[in-house]
Amino acid sequence: MNANTATPAKTKLRVATTSLAGCFGCHMSFLDIDERILQLVELVEFDRSPITDIKHCGPCDLGIIEGGVCNAENVHVLHEFRKNCKILVAMGACAVNGGLPAQRNHLDLRDILEEVYQTEPGLTHGGIPNDPELPLPLNKVHPIHEVVKIDYFLPGCPPPADAIWKFLTDLLAGRTPHLGHGLLHYD
Amino acid sequence: MAFELETASHPETLKRVAIEPVSRVEGHGKVTLLLDDDNKVHQVRLHIVEFRGFERFIQGRPYWEVPVMVQRLCGICPVSHHLAASKAMDMILGAKLTPTAEKLRRLMHYGQILQSHALHFFHLSSPDLLFGFGSDMATRNIVGVAAAVPEVAKKGVLLRKYGQEIIRLTAGKRVHGTGAVPGGVNKSLSVEERDLLLKDIYQMVAWSREAVGIIKGLFEKNLAEYNAFGRFDAHSMGLVRADGAMDLYHGGLRARDKSGEIIFDHFDYGHYWEKISEDVKPWSYMKFPFMKHLGPDEGWYRVGPLTRVANCDFIPTPLADHERKEFLAYDAGRPAGATLGYHWARMIEMLHAAESIKDLLHDEDILGTDLMAKGERQERGVGVIEAPRGTLIHHYRVNEDDLVIRANLIVSTTHNNQAMNESIRQVARQYFDGREVTEGLLNHIEVAIRCFDPCLSCATHALGQMPLEVTLEDAAGNTIDSLYKDAHGVSRGK
Ligand code: SF4
Repeated sequence: MNANTATPAKTKLRVATTSLAGCFGCHMSFLDIDERILQLVELVEFDRSPITDIKHCGPCDLGIIEGGVCNAENVHVLHEFRKNCKILVAMGACAVNGGLPAQRNHLDLRDILEEVYQTEPGLTHGGIPNDPELPLPLNKVHPIHEVVKIDYFLPGCPPPADAIWKFLTDLLAGRTPHLGHGLLHYD
Repeated sequence: MAFELETASHPETLKRVAIEPVSRVEGHGKVTLLLDDDNKVHQVRLHIVEFRGFERFIQGRPYWEVPVMVQRLCGICPVSHHLAASKAMDMILGAKLTPTAEKLRRLMHYGQILQSHALHFFHLSSPDLLFGFGSDMATRNIVGVAAAVPEVAKKGVLLRKYGQEIIRLTAGKRVHGTGAVPGGVNKSLSVEERDLLLKDIYQMVAWSREAVGIIKGLFEKNLAEYNAFGRFDAHSMGLVRADGAMDLYHGGLRARDKSGEIIFDHFDYGHYWEKISEDVKPWSYMKFPFMKHLGPDEGWYRVGPLTRVANCDFIPTPLADHERKEFLAYDAGRPAGATLGYHWARMIEMLHAAESIKDLLHDEDILGTDLMAKGERQERGVGVIEAPRGTLIHHYRVNEDDLVIRANLIVSTTHNNQAMNESIRQVARQYFDGREVTEGLLNHIEVAIRCFDPCLSCATHALGQMPLEVTLEDAAGNTIDSLYKDAHGVSRGK
């Protein structure tokens, strides 16, 4: 790019990350780039993310989503990310296809509610939580591409750290991200 | 039942302030405060807002799948779920582990403790502790720490890396590996792998000692504030070894009351339900456990590093035991009852984990190849482990077709539910009443929550329901899911 006039601080890529119906394992795999994280923070700055205290996403170059959509709040956050992020990435099996939480999709919500909150023998006072502060759970867990447009999919449960690193460095270098053999996992 | 500040008498007259989402913790939670016009606090609640339904959908699966499935509850401490489930399934098989299998699992577990504690202290909590609870939000994160004290950040990153490498070499993969199986483990450790780990372990022990020094120094500097911050009295519970030693992999349950007197000791966790029951409250998907004989108002307790360090009689590795003694004696024992004392205790445990790893790597059994055991098949299995965040209980029943027919999990963070709520209510009393609410002030609430290192992702394995209607539309505006509450208060799809 414009090497002569660019001021390094201005060229940092602004990145937001969040976990929806995920286990944070994908974020852990992100941190598994280990020392390279210290290199990375020279090149990117973090907006909303579990590692910062920014509660709402501002305009960003890149948004990374872990987890599928299981409740009304997830939908809300996903829209917030789509609106603000130029590029949106589905990180990991849960975001790509619902993952393990989607195992509940063949079950009736009523049965699960009753079993966990009412008939479980270890309970003294049962009752299904219903406070307005709790977001409404959806009947099924959905992959995020069913709700908004997604630009890239990183498969794996979680995607290996090296895949996340390759993706980011490709993007930072202005290349179309490409994960070759060994970095694509479907576990 | 009612706890002070849990429920305001006239919520409709109050203004609501929310911390949403709670950040620099794992999982999905929010805090709501209800304040009157003079900013006096009337209600404070930590809500766990997500649900999974795990106990239900595990039913019908073959039991050997469970250790691999359950770890997807939590990506920060997957090994804990992996091992608790494996221990329960050992019981189903009636298997007594071979020495090599048990030691490899212990190695995996201590690797997990090391990486999780390092992550929590350095990546998540250190910004509050190093910069101040109300410091500038823009730099109050690990990137800010890396800029201000790069050496500290780097050691944190490398400690975590080492723990993750142990997990990789024992479980096959850093996150969601498959090393433990019912009756044993499926991978031995080669000489090369052992030597690779041995190379750096002394450095890890040294850095863990430094980490204890960091938090000790912070206590010294801010003693009065740290001792008082979010402080509350509580009973405590955790596993201890038969001789009273700290043992994070196996033991009997010991509970102490607020004054430190033993309530029960060496209780066989296979019958945990005789001691513990749970309550549900409408405003959180996380249940509220309590000791049965004391009831829900009196019987709640806390778990995790603070209680484990104080609860055991000694730590069976010398450096950590030395630090334990110093911690318990410091300032007449006040930090050992302080909410921020969790950080200090957590670093002592990290040191213990590093020392334990060192000992295990020097044990010839660790290179053994006798990995699997069998026994007489049982119908019920309970596995309990001290996970990084506290006591973790997995309980399954398996039928003669080898399918799971019942599951109950009480995860570490759930045990601390009431304790976390007490702590943030105490912070609200101490810092909020009458003051204008600012971002920095709100972070004080989160600082208290972070002390417990909650895993709100683990704690959300149950399903819930809401008195609302919602529809989910795809990008083109077509309805793809919806939910509403029917006349019986039950959620139904479209
Ligand atoms: S894809 Fe796997 S690691 Fe990522 S959030 Fe889902 S369960 Fe966790």
